[in-house]
Amino acid sequence: MEQNMTQKPIIEIRGLKKRYRMGKVTGKTLKADWQSYWARKHGRPDPNVKIGHERLIGQTFMALNGIDLKVYPGEAVGIIGINGAGKSTMLKLISRITAPTEGEIVIRGKIASMLEVGTGFNPELTGRENVYMNGTILGMKKAEIDAKMNEIIEFSECRDFIDTPVKRYSSGMYVKLAFSVAAHLESDIIIMDEVLAVGDVAFQKKCLAKMSHAAQEEGKTVLYVSHNMSTIRQLCTRCIVMKEGKIIFDGDVEEAIRIYSEESFRFDMKRSFKQPEAYPRSQEAALTSLEVIERDNLTCSADEFLKIRFNTKIIQPVQNLSYIVSVRYAGTNLVGTYISDAISAEPCENANVDLKLDLSSFAPGKYFCDVRLATMKGRTVRYHEDLQAAFGFEISDNEGIGNFRWDAGKWGYILLPIEDMEVTQ
Amino acid sequence: MENQKEIIIRPPTGWFNFSLREIWEYRDLIKEFVMRNFKLIYKQTILGPAWLVFNPIITSVIFTFVFGQFAGISTDGVPQFLFYMTGNSLWSLFSTSVQNNSNVFYANVNVFGKIYFPRLATPISQAISCLINFMIQFAALLLFFVFYIVTGSPLAFSVKMLLIPLLLVQTSLLALGVGLIFSALTAKYRDFSFIISLGMQLWMYVSPVVYPMSLTGGWMYKILLLNPMTPILNNFKWAFLGSGSFMLWSWILSFVVTGACLFLGIALFGKVEKTFVDTV
Repeated sequence: MEQNMTQKPIIEIRGLKKRYRMGKVTGKTLKADWQSYWARKHGRPDPNVKIGHERLIGQTFMALNGIDLKVYPGEAVGIIGINGAGKSTMLKLISRITAPTEGEIVIRGKIASMLEVGTGFNPELTGRENVYMNGTILGMKKAEIDAKMNEIIEFSECRDFIDTPVKRYSSGMYVKLAFSVAAHLESDIIIMDEVLAVGDVAFQKKCLAKMSHAAQEEGKTVLYVSHNMSTIRQLCTRCIVMKEGKIIFDGDVEEAIRIYSEESFRFDMKRSFKQPEAYPRSQEAALTSLEVIERDNLTCSADEFLKIRFNTKIIQPVQNLSYIVSVRYAGTNLVGTYISDAISAEPCENANVDLKLDLSSFAPGKYFCDVRLATMKGRTVRYHEDLQAAFGFEISDNEGIGNFRWDAGKWGYILLPIEDMEVTQ
Repeated sequence: MENQKEIIIRPPTGWFNFSLREIWEYRDLIKEFVMRNFKLIYKQTILGPAWLVFNPIITSVIFTFVFGQFAGISTDGVPQFLFYMTGNSLWSLFSTSVQNNSNVFYANVNVFGKIYFPRLATPISQAISCLINFMIQFAALLLFFVFYIVTGSPLAFSVKMLLIPLLLVQTSLLALGVGLIFSALTAKYRDFSFIISLGMQLWMYVSPVVYPMSLTGGWMYKILLLNPMTPILNNFKWAFLGSGSFMLWSWILSFVVTGACLFLGIALFGKVEKTFVDTV
């Protein structure tokens, strides 16, 4: 960041605010507006407000609440934050899709905005026709597209189908073609909102490499919103963390990811699942609550155990029922999975299952756990319950590995056990 | 990058934000939109653009029976079918253009919500598409015109026909203006999309489409003069078919109304486009 200080920032945001109105957004016909007006006048409840949203009538919500940011040419800036932090709103404002309420943004370059791939694609048109359509929507000239057509087709891996209507494409091909158009845009600034979360793994890698190349070799500026920390690590040289419409951290990528995981780590010792939140996907078994027992906080050291109690409602007799706990580091990268022994159960209101989890392999950090209930029979797995981030735990800095900080970017999330060590001199 | 101009994004202020230069920058997009609109007529149909021609022909045949044979309304001595087809084609240029553009926000919400481009490119390309469709209909109309000349009707090609392009451009601009005004209203209240389709039918009957101006008189004539489409339809028939008499003052007024509608339309459209995606 410092080395570029002599240059003018390519994006400069000052005191940016965006206000959304809540509650009233449903009034879209004259009749509905008239009903709302009539109800207000006579002190009756508004028939057009969704139940549970009463407190939002006439209220506003600051999606962005004072953003100041300078981005210099050639920087690849990651933007992370929990859902609703204002990341997408900020990209929408920079991309000029909607206007700010206060503040200003100065942009000194041409923007290629990829908030979605394939905007303007028409299923009836052929791949080639859609490249022209999509390219011009993105702001390319026809001559530019002509010049790059071969490159775009080559990159998309769709050459054999380029003159077929895209409605005959598989969703993977569709996305590949769409991304190729956007990736070949002449621009100084690239704005991406998790568009890379599509296509097969090989193509994702290819996209990421293309973006890295754009940022590092061609000197383009990249703004990248993602929940996938490993792509943030690969692509970004700087990272900002957003929370409640503000920037709470701006700087080093690893530090940003650490702060983000702190921010999104909010778990209670006990969690109940009311219907229909944990509505059973099958008619056999449903989780009613889960609870961390035999301790009073979620901060553990690696030599401890974590005991979890699952309260399960068994609706129909089940066999081969397993409890699956998948662990994700900082809420993003999957680390591994615990799978319980299979049980059989008869219908009952509450079956208690306690699992004692061995934590000895985990590196220090915050871990999020997805919980699934599944019937595993032969080669098939059928899920009854699928809860993202159902609970979490923290492994405090481990005494066993010295006083330095664990570098998850280089070492991963698992401290592999060494059975024995011999030193001979 | 030094030569790149700065883009400054601020909260919307003022009430007339319109940059002709930016629209010119995006002319290739307008071309693509127009081509897409045209290609989509072909897709998955057997007759493709032939439908464009069938539509006014069949309506005109019906009009010939209902208004011409049955009601016996005068057509100023022009073959009835040709009179109705001329009126119909020009009216449908106006009315489809208005209706398509009045719905432009909802029809394009997915695109508008994801990418920036000058939003006016969409209605402008719609207006151009309608004009192209009209040209195809007009080509068919010319064939009938020649057919009637050959079969001895008192029609002829004349220098007056040079006015036709001007009349068509004016029709398109007026339709664009009216369409843009209603697009802003429809974005706020969807009721207007019903109002507009009913309104366009009523508007047709207060325009000289199925009857000539010579049939009107007194207060009715005066009211019709206020309708900006009246002199356009009348003068078009005068220029093309040689029927009726040229209306000058009313036409000048019509130009003023066209300009006003366009101005108001662009202003209202510009106001709504800034934050439309927030309210969907």
